[in-house]
This record gives sequence, structure tokens and C-alpha cells, in this order.
Amino acid sequence: MNLLVLAAETENPLFPPIPELVIGLIAFVIVFGFLAKKLLPNINKVLDERREAIEGGIEKAEAAQTEAQSVLEQYKAQLAEARHEAARLRQEALEQGTALKEELRAEGQRQREEIIAAGHAQIAADRKAASQALRQDVGKLATDLAGKLVGESLEDHARQSRTIDRFLSELEEKAEAAR
Amino acid sequence: MSPDPTQVLAFETDCHIFEGCGFPGPGLHSFLFEPLWGEAGLTSVYFNKPMLLALLGSIIIVAFFWVAFGKPKVVPGKLQMVAESGYDFVRRGIVYETLGKKEGEKYVPFMVSLFFFVWILNVWSIVPVAQFPVTSIIAYPAILALLVYATWMSVTFKRHGFVGGLKNLTGYDKSLGGVLPLVMVIEFFSNVLVRPFTHAVRLFANMFAGHTLLLLFTIASWYLLNGIGIAYAGVSFVMVLVMTAFELFIQAVQAYVFVLLACSYLQGALAEHH
Repeated sequence: MNLLVLAAETENPLFPPIPELVIGLIAFVIVFGFLAKKLLPNINKVLDERREAIEGGIEKAEAAQTEAQSVLEQYKAQLAEARHEAARLRQEALEQGTALKEELRAEGQRQREEIIAAGHAQIAADRKAASQALRQDVGKLATDLAGKLVGESLEDHARQSRTIDRFLSELEEKAEAAR
Repeated sequence: MSPDPTQVLAFETDCHIFEGCGFPGPGLHSFLFEPLWGEAGLTSVYFNKPMLLALLGSIIIVAFFWVAFGKPKVVPGKLQMVAESGYDFVRRGIVYETLGKKEGEKYVPFMVSLFFFVWILNVWSIVPVAQFPVTSIIAYPAILALLVYATWMSVTFKRHGFVGGLKNLTGYDKSLGGVLPLVMVIEFFSNVLVRPFTHAVRLFANMFAGHTLLLLFTIASWYLLNGIGIAYAGVSFVMVLVMTAFELFIQAVQAYVFVLLACSYLQGALAEHH
């Protein structure tokens, strides 16, 4: 059959022959069937997996970063604490040192004053004892001398001066002995 | 065997200008094929070149996606990446854009199939040896438009019920007052009757015209190849190249438009009526 005749018969390129409609439908259904039933679900699953993998990776990275941050903060805190502690210890040591020095100085002062006071007391006591002894000795000497002077009845001037000399030398001896 | 004018290729006439033969211009007969098997007719059983190309097209698409998505990997290979970007283009660029992610997800496989099927049927136009856009035969756009029509019509009535569906189709809106009956008639006519027709014809006519232009310039390049005509043959051949590149663009655009329209019809069907 001549196709030109057929074209003239149908006269209309907009009039679809049934066999071509059927083949068109079959061809499309083949494509749709494969894509919709198998291939697109396949790729959708993988796309979801990929998204999850990416999101998981991001989450993991975020977690790691958070942890690193917290560890860093912890370290910083510890470092600050250590510094603080060191400063405190230094301060304390300084204070202790100062206190100790102060104490020692006070002690030294006290001891010095004690020693001085003791010296003064000793001196005073010595002087007192000396003056007491002196007074006693002078009194006794005076009495002795007077007794002797009176006992010798003052024979002569020469004797007198001998007696006095003797007395004085005795006195010197005593003083020697006392020393 | 006397040459059947429909089966004679431009190069086979071996007749040039100034040789006493007329210009064998392209026409409706360029879109009719002697069946490879059976006898042509509106209802008779036969098998011709466009049918072969349609089926081959399906096989190519399935094969391509089978290789790309058969064993998909989380870290994609090159082919998978290409296929993914095509898939993503239709999914995000068309379906999600018009229907939204929630409503659209269900229709993604249909629209992706539709896009790639229409595209490859268009691309046959410039594939050597095939060189015929299957979609320039009305039957192929018609059956696809019919599928789209059935889809959004069923969605309309499923979503809104019978009365609600009719209201949706007729653009029922009380605030229109007196013009409402008129609007309803026009809307019904435009949505229910004209829409599938324009949907199919838009694709068909574009590919038909494109193929006719390519044929025109190709035949002219050959026909003019004599005497002074050679200069014009050169111009004509340049036009063949330009038109081929242009067709490559139009093929993708028409596939895109076809799917975009399908989505926008569906969007209208899904839309809540106010």
C-alpha cells in the first residue's frame, strides 16, 4: 500500500494509529517499571546512606571538637589553679619568712634587753654588796683603828705612825686578798 | 521496483538543480514509514522504524540507569554521578519545585521516567542512522499525555471527591458572582478537554517542525549541489549544522517542558480548593 495514499486517506498527522500508541505505552512502561521498581529505590537508599554518612561525620567532628574544647578548658582551669596555688604558696612562704624574721628579731631584742637588764641588776647588786661590805669593813676598821689607837695609848708619835702604817698595809693586804 | 517517494532519501534521488527535476521537499510523507513487518494501517498490526526506535530508547535508558544505579555506591563512580545529577535535576529541579518535597516524592519515579523517555525519543532526531524524532509522530506524545492526564484526573477526584473534583476542574469560585457560569464552562473546556491535546501537540509539533527543518536543509544541500547552486548548497549545509545544534537544545527543552507541564497539572489537582 502506498503510504502517500494512506496519508491522503487519514489526512491527519494528528490521528494516532493504535499500534503506535500501544508500542509507545509498552516502551514507556518498560522504562517506568525498571526505574520505579528497582533503580530509583536503589539510588534513593544510597543517597539516604550518603546523607547519613555525611551528617554522621559532621556529628562526629562536632563531638570531637566539643570534647577537645572541654579538655582544653579543663587544662586551662588546671593551669590557672596551679598558678594560683604557686602564687599562694609563694605568698605564704613570704609571709612565713617575714613572720619568722620578725619573731627572731623580737627574740633577739628581748634577749638583749634581758642581758642588759641582768647586767644592770648584777651591777646594782654588786655595788650594793660592795658598799655594804665597804661600810662594814670601814666601820670595823675604824673601830679597830680606834681600839688600837686607844690601846697603845698613843706612846709616841712614832708608834702612832707605825700603827697607822701597819693598818694601812693590812688594809692593802686584805684588799689584795679580796681581789 | 519503482521508487516509492516516501522511501527515497535525498541522496538517493541523485538529481540536482538544473537537471530538470523538482525539489523533493519534505512533507507529511517524510513522517510515514513503510512497516518493517506487517502492513500499515490505523488498526492493523505492524512494526516500523519509529516503534523500533521507541523500544530501543527504552532499552538504552534502562541499560544506562541499570549500569549507573544497579549497584550504587555511597561514594559514586563517574557514571553514577552523571546519572545522579540527571535524576536530581528532575527530582529537585522539576518535581520538588512544583509539587514540594512531601507531595512530590510519590511522583518522582513517574516524572523521571517521563523526562528521560521523552528526551531520548527526541534525541533520536540527530543520532546518525536513526535520524528521526519518535515524538514527531503524534501517537507517542499522545499516549504519554494520556498517562499524565489519567494521573492528575484520578488525583483530582481522589483528593477532592466527585463534587470537589468538579469544582477544582471548573475553577469554581463563588466570589466571581455572575460570570461564574461562564468561567466554569471555559475552565472545564480548557482543563478537561484541551489540556491533554495541547500537552501532546506541543511536543509533537516542536519535534515535527524541527525534523522538517533539518530535512529541508539536508535535502537542499544535496539538491543544490550543481553549478551556481553549490554556493547555496554551502549555506544550506551550514544551516544543517546550526539546526542540528539548535535541535539538540530544543530536544532537551521540550522534554523539560513536557514534564514541567505534567507536574503543574498535578499541582493543580493536588491544590486545596478555596
